[in-house]
Amino acid sequence: MGLQRFILKRLLLIPPILFGVSIVTFALVHLTPGDPVSQMVAMNPNVDAAQEAELRARYGLDDPLVVQYVDWMAGVLQGDFGEVYGSSQDAAGVLVARLPETIALGLFGWVFALVIAIPTGIYAAVKKDQLGDTVSRFLALSGISIPNFWLGLMLILLFPLTLGGWPVLPPRESLASPAMLWYLVLPGITVGTASAAAIMRVMRTSMAEELNKEYVTAARAKGLPERTIILKHVLRNSLISVVTLAATLTAGIVAGSVVVEVVFSWPGLGREFVDAIHGREINLIMAITLFIGLFIVIMNLVADVLYAMLDPRIRYD
Amino acid sequence: MTERTTERGRIQVTGFDPERVTERDPLSGWTEETGTETKSRWKRVFGRFVRNRTAMIGLVVVLFMSLLAILARPVEFFGFAVQPLSLAPYPPGDMLYADPTVDVSRNEAPSWAHPFGTDGSGRDIFSRVLYGGRYSISIGFVVVALAASFGMVYGSVSGYYGGWVDEIMMRVVDVVLAFPMLVLALVIVAMFGGGYWQLVAAFAVVGWASYARLIRGEVLTIKENEYVLAAKALGARDRSVILKHVTPNAVAPVIVLATLNIGTVVIGVAALGFLGLGMPPGSAEWGSMLEGGRDAIIPGPGGEIRWWITVFPGAAIFLFVMSMNMIGDGVNDALDAQETGAEMRGGQ
Repeated sequence: MGLQRFILKRLLLIPPILFGVSIVTFALVHLTPGDPVSQMVAMNPNVDAAQEAELRARYGLDDPLVVQYVDWMAGVLQGDFGEVYGSSQDAAGVLVARLPETIALGLFGWVFALVIAIPTGIYAAVKKDQLGDTVSRFLALSGISIPNFWLGLMLILLFPLTLGGWPVLPPRESLASPAMLWYLVLPGITVGTASAAAIMRVMRTSMAEELNKEYVTAARAKGLPERTIILKHVLRNSLISVVTLAATLTAGIVAGSVVVEVVFSWPGLGREFVDAIHGREINLIMAITLFIGLFIVIMNLVADVLYAMLDPRIRYD
Repeated sequence: MTERTTERGRIQVTGFDPERVTERDPLSGWTEETGTETKSRWKRVFGRFVRNRTAMIGLVVVLFMSLLAILARPVEFFGFAVQPLSLAPYPPGDMLYADPTVDVSRNEAPSWAHPFGTDGSGRDIFSRVLYGGRYSISIGFVVVALAASFGMVYGSVSGYYGGWVDEIMMRVVDVVLAFPMLVLALVIVAMFGGGYWQLVAAFAVVGWASYARLIRGEVLTIKENEYVLAAKALGARDRSVILKHVTPNAVAPVIVLATLNIGTVVIGVAALGFLGLGMPPGSAEWGSMLEGGRDAIIPGPGGEIRWWITVFPGAAIFLFVMSMNMIGDGVNDALDAQETGAEMRGGQ
């Protein structure tokens, strides 16, 4: 199978997965006792039974589940995710408004992870079994083990409050302002740490493996400087294994941002999600869940295709 | 000297003294005990694991923390005390400032009487951290046991039968894996309510899929082996071929995933607790304790920072998960399943 057929096959698999993702999202939210109307009514004792029924009819909550699902899907395909009950806003609008903040956080996390992990991974592989390797391995192990919300709390505790002057809670400013970059540093580090540690471990393993290969011996025998061997030949081949991790790590960063945004009061999609869950805003919960599912399915596809393109030895099946 | 006999083709050896062979000095260091070839694979794996110092440290810490959690307060089953000891000095839910016999206030810094201080409700943090292990640790193990057993059966069936059965079963796995574990668990707990068994259910429902995908890949290669064909030829039923011949040989990478997974689940449970969605508010679960102590990172009225409220519960999670990962790395190295281990460690 050629690369193009492989990509085509993967693309054809996406619609059924997305259909399943939407079913799971819908079922989780709708198969549970208590709909938003009963919650509204519980908060407001003046509503009588007739008004309650009218509210249900207005939001389409008394239709059979299949009808509700089809209605919802029809809306979703047109970009309409229903409204947020509490604020009467458009759920899709809320999603779009909060998305840039989360993308900024995720990108910062990714950049931080790569900047830390790749040099450390190279260093550890080159100094294998020496002190520097042991120390960086210990740090990487700590990095994958530390709960990100606790790391965030500890950073808040250490930096802004004791050293002073490091602002933590972001003001309501537009993302484009340079001041926001400053507020991005601590949450970005928090969200990127686990990925940095995971990449570093993979880099070290694959790099150490590559360094034992014959082409490295050949390059050394030719008298190439060690620096050139590592940066030009070995690094390229070891980076392929990082690409295989990319989709998993992005999923980790998405999940991590949910928690980290709450810790740092970062006004992104993750915090909106947690607020929606606490307020039982089912339309918003479904919109964000569906969006995350879609995003990760696409990321998986991209990672698979990249991997297939980077490593010609792979058989596409 | 050979003796002539009438039987052709038979050579009789004389002068062979068997006692000399058994009683002579050994030619090499080989004895029955040092022979490694006869050791089973699992014995060798176990030997490598035991010799791994990092993994052993992790194991000791995990056992120690589990023991502390069990011994923290008495355990009773239907009014019958199974475990009467009580290491934690105070009941984890007691607001001590209301108790006239104890001289303590809210937000007290660590002291000899309260090694980890007291929290905003005047509860002894040391007792709560010890007791809190009961939730996180047990949920971690129960979830992984449930998810791994279901995922193994599911993945084995899918990989063994192949074809359209496999195609459909794996699409279901793809759908579950399209969500980050935490996000799906978050929605499940939010919709079905918090509590111990709800948390177990949420993480098990999300967690089985990665086991299924992993074991399916293993089964695809294992089922091509001759011994599987032999078992089928001898008339073994599918069920017994899968359970006796296929799954046991695919189990090694699953063990690695399971050990590393316990830490992930513990962090996930604590994260839900931190978001106020795990155990009921105020319970001594580590994540819920952090949630309750979040405001303590901002300086109190006297300008002091009550660091102990957030440092200790989080450190307990960190220590446990780190030890679990040390064990997982050790198991991975012992099984020499590096290529499977590398993928699993990514992300949370």
